[in-house]
This record gives sequence, C-alpha cells and structure tokens, in this order.
Amino acid sequence: MSSPDSGNRIVQWIEYRLPIFSWLDHTVGSGYPAPKNLNYLWNMGSLAGIVLMIQIVTGIVLAMHYVPHGDMAFDSVEHIMRNVNYGWLIRYLHSNGASMFFLVVYIHIFRGMYYGSYKYPRELLWWLGLVILLLMMASAFMGYVLPWGQMSFWGATVITNLFSAIPLIGEPIVTWLWGGFAIASPTLQRFFSLHYLLPFVIVGIVILHIWALHIHGSNNPTGIDVKGPQDTIPFHPYYTVKDLFGLGVFLIIFAYWVFYNPNYLGHPDNYIPANPLQTPPHIVPEWYLLPFYAILRAIPDKLGGVIAMGASIGVLFLIPWLDTSRVRVATFRPIYKQFFWILLADVVILGWVGANPPEGHFILIGQLATTYYFLHFLIVMPFAGWFESPRKPPDSISSSVLEKGGGNASAKEAVQ
Amino acid sequence: MSTPTSDSGQGDDASRRDFLYIATGAFGGIGTALAIWPLIDQMNPSSDVLALASTEVDLSPVEEGQAITVVWRSKPVFIRYRTAAEIEAARSVDVDDLRHPEADEERVQQDKWLIMVGICTHLGCVPLGQKATDPQGEFGGWFCPCHGSHYDTSGRIRKGPAPENLPVPPYEFLSDTSIKIG
Repeated sequence: MSSPDSGNRIVQWIEYRLPIFSWLDHTVGSGYPAPKNLNYLWNMGSLAGIVLMIQIVTGIVLAMHYVPHGDMAFDSVEHIMRNVNYGWLIRYLHSNGASMFFLVVYIHIFRGMYYGSYKYPRELLWWLGLVILLLMMASAFMGYVLPWGQMSFWGATVITNLFSAIPLIGEPIVTWLWGGFAIASPTLQRFFSLHYLLPFVIVGIVILHIWALHIHGSNNPTGIDVKGPQDTIPFHPYYTVKDLFGLGVFLIIFAYWVFYNPNYLGHPDNYIPANPLQTPPHIVPEWYLLPFYAILRAIPDKLGGVIAMGASIGVLFLIPWLDTSRVRVATFRPIYKQFFWILLADVVILGWVGANPPEGHFILIGQLATTYYFLHFLIVMPFAGWFESPRKPPDSISSSVLEKGGGNASAKEAVQ
Repeated sequence: MSTPTSDSGQGDDASRRDFLYIATGAFGGIGTALAIWPLIDQMNPSSDVLALASTEVDLSPVEEGQAITVVWRSKPVFIRYRTAAEIEAARSVDVDDLRHPEADEERVQQDKWLIMVGICTHLGCVPLGQKATDPQGEFGGWFCPCHGSHYDTSGRIRKGPAPENLPVPPYEFLSDTSIKIG
C-alpha cells in the first residue's frame, strides 16, 4: 500500500518495470474509493481471504507430517498431535479454521442476500462466490476424510454414494471415484491430492471474484449506486483499519475454539480408526454441511434427495433473476425483509434437523423446512418483488449518512 | 486485395483455409481427448484390486438364528442362519407389493442360509441387525441407521429411502457347511 508516487527510488525502479504498487493501491489502497457507509458485515470478504491464507499455510505444514495411506493416516494424525512440535496447534488451527471459514463465508452470503448484492450488475460476482462455496465444500469434505477415523470413512462412503443415484452410469462413476469396490487407500490418496489442489483453485476464483468486485465496486447498506466522490472514502486507511479491527475480534473468537474447545465442532467418533465393517450408529457431517444433509434426507427417494440437495445450491445461481424487486436492499422492503429472516431461521432449522437422526418428528420438520427453502426462492422472491411497495431509499449514500445526524436535528425540530 | 483477380482467388483460399482449420482442430481435439483418457482411467480400480478375491467360509459353527459377517472384496457379507419363522415371514409377503420385487426363493440357494452383501443400497452404510442386540427394523431383518432403511428377513427393502434389496453375491456351496463367495 506504499503510494506509487512515493519518493522511494527502489519503489520507483520496480514500478517503472512492473506497476505492482499502483495495482495494489487501486486494489486495497488509497486509490480504491469505497462507499463511505459500509458496515461491519462488509468485513467478511477480507476475513474470508485471510482465513483462506491461514488454511493454506497450516495445511502445507500439516502435509509435511501426514501420510495419506489407509494403514498409516490415522496414526500419522496422532503423531502430529503428540510428537510434532506444535503439531496439535497447527492441526487445531486447520480443523477449526475450516469451521471459521464457513462461518465467515455464510455471513458473507447472507449479507449479500439481505442487501441484494447479487443484483445487476453484480450477477457474475455472485456466481463466482457460489463457485467458491462449492469448491470449499469439496475441499472441506475431502479434508475431513484425511484423518481416516470412523466419521471420515463413513462420511466419505455416504457422500461418494450420492453419485450412484445417477441412472446407468452411477455405479461405474462411484467405482471410478473410489479406485476400488469400497472406500480404501486409493480413495484416501486421491482425496489428499485433490485436497491439496483445490485451495489453490479457490485462490484463482477469488482473484476473479475480486476482479469482478472492482469493476462496479462494493454494494453498500443503502443499495444505491455511488454517484460521485462525495459518496466514497479511500479504502486505505479507512477500511484497512476497519478490517484490521474486525480481524482482531475474529481472531479472539477463533482462538477460543482452538485453545479452549478444539474438538467441540468435530465428532468423537472420528477418534476411532476407520472400520469398513461397522457403520457408526449416527453419521453426521460437519455443522456447515448439515442444512444440505437435511435436504438430502427430506426426500424419501435416493435420486430425488440428491437432486434436491444439488438444487438447494443451484437455485442460488438463479436469484439475480428470481428477485424481481427494483430495490436492492431488504431494509426498504417491508414484506421481503420479514421473509429474509424466516429463510435464515429455516436454514437454522434445517441444520438442527440434519444434526438429528432421521426419525419421528424430525422427518416431518425436515420436509416442511425443505419445502419452505425452495418456496422462498421460487415463489416468495418473485412475488414479493412484484406485489410489495418498497419504501423510498435515500437520494444518495452521502445523504443517507448525513440523515443520521439530520435525523436528530429533525427530531429536535419535532420537539420544538 | 485491390485487384479483382486476387479477390476471386481469395474465395479458393478461404475454403482451403477452412478445411485446414477444421482438420487441425479435429486432429488436435481428438488427440487431446486420447491423451486425457489415461489421466481419467488411472482412477479406476488397479489390477491388484481387480484381481477377484474369493472367500471361503465355514458355516458349521453358526447356530440357527445366528448371523456372521465376513469380508469379500473389502465389503461386508452377511450370512444368516434363518429360523423357520423368519423364512415363513419372508415368504408370506406378496412379491408384487415390494419396491424391488424379488421372491425369497430367488434370493437363496438353501432356504435357511441367507447370504448377501451387507451394504445399504441407499448410500452405502452397513445396516444393523447382525447381532441379537441390534435394532432389526420393523420387519425383523436389518435396519440402516444412517437414513432409516428397513430390510426384511430376506434382505429386501421394505421401508425408507433405499431403492433396492441388499444384493446377493455370487456364491456356491462347496459342502453342506461351507461356501465360496466370489
């Protein structure tokens, strides 16, 4: 973030040959004007980038000690935990880092949904984000298999068997994925290879995501476009400092999990070595996949369940067009705003159902919550846009910021 | 370009170029596809995995009503010495009402010995029901704890999300008390 016009001769020498300093300045520096009214929900993007870096660094270090073989994987993880210097810390950072990554990204996504960040002209930006989410799910799933405990093994069995629902070619595809007739060492080795690869693919998509972001700039809490310099402030120092403060808060939360409750988000069964002959009584994925797992189980048909689970993310690709409202932000949409919170509650309920065995009333609740999930996107979104009368958004970002002060003034006038 | 003669010649050039483009593209495309195939096929089971293992099992220690689990091609195989009541329960069902219609007679070689791959046809969990203390589902056979599929005393799917019956592996009786699976 050194200014490209600084007097430093080394900076100038490099800048003349590779204008990387001015590029940085326009990306995250004082040369990047950002809307002046971004709230703390806009911290999640940079936080997600930082957690991705933490995951890559800790992952590379773990790969120096881990052995991706069916006979040795479980023991090598215990070796990391007991013998390797600070191995316990690095592994707990990596395993809890995955949870933190999803936490941050889910807040990021719901932020985008509340503030209509997916709407014109940011559709492709939204799509790239969803691609990142899918890649994260694939990476997290394969990473969870690597410790080769009972949950690793049976989680992998259940998820890879999803492909067997495909008519005709399903079974050959599953055998191809496994490299055998059941999950075994060949499966583990390829998952390790791909688990190492995918984060770098994510980095590539993140670069496209940021590129697309910078074409039209960040959305903001009013959803109104930037109309001029009076609506913006330079990214540096204003948002670099705000992001750093948010990072500090985030690291406190992260450190709580790593140092005080490192196994809470995991499952005790994964400390039992993988046993191909015994399924644990209750298989659950990690918390961040539970809502999708609940949707899978809600449909009493194998192929139908798989299609519904795929569609639960697929439908998100369509919301730039399913949302018919002229107003971007839910704040100004009295009806839709309430449905947004109902959807959030619905996803939490799906997660709760996914964490419980598929018995009794959980089956019915899961089916109702799944139905509502799709109703929200396919019915509520278009109809709310057509029939609701949104409140009038402020005239500009600048006036919305000033109105807060002005609001007090008008309140005083009202008192007088 | 500027003279009429070169204009007429350009038409011939264009069609010859089109051919060259298409031929080059096709050659490159097919060649790439052929080159990619080994990279895809390497993920299929390797020769040592494919080498069909067969498993011989001695059935003499198994008492009536008991079940054992053996491993065949790294999969669990359920072997159950069925009681007369269990056989009767399996045969009293109207086959046409089943999700995957198979008569019990088609699924066994000897009535008392039910032999099948113990992997749920839904998403691959190992169903419970081999031990007397296990939950055996509503039909007295097996119950898959993952997503709640119930199998009957013939290993047929009766309730829950699984689409098919538990598969019967190829096996033969070497004597009255021993079999060879595979």
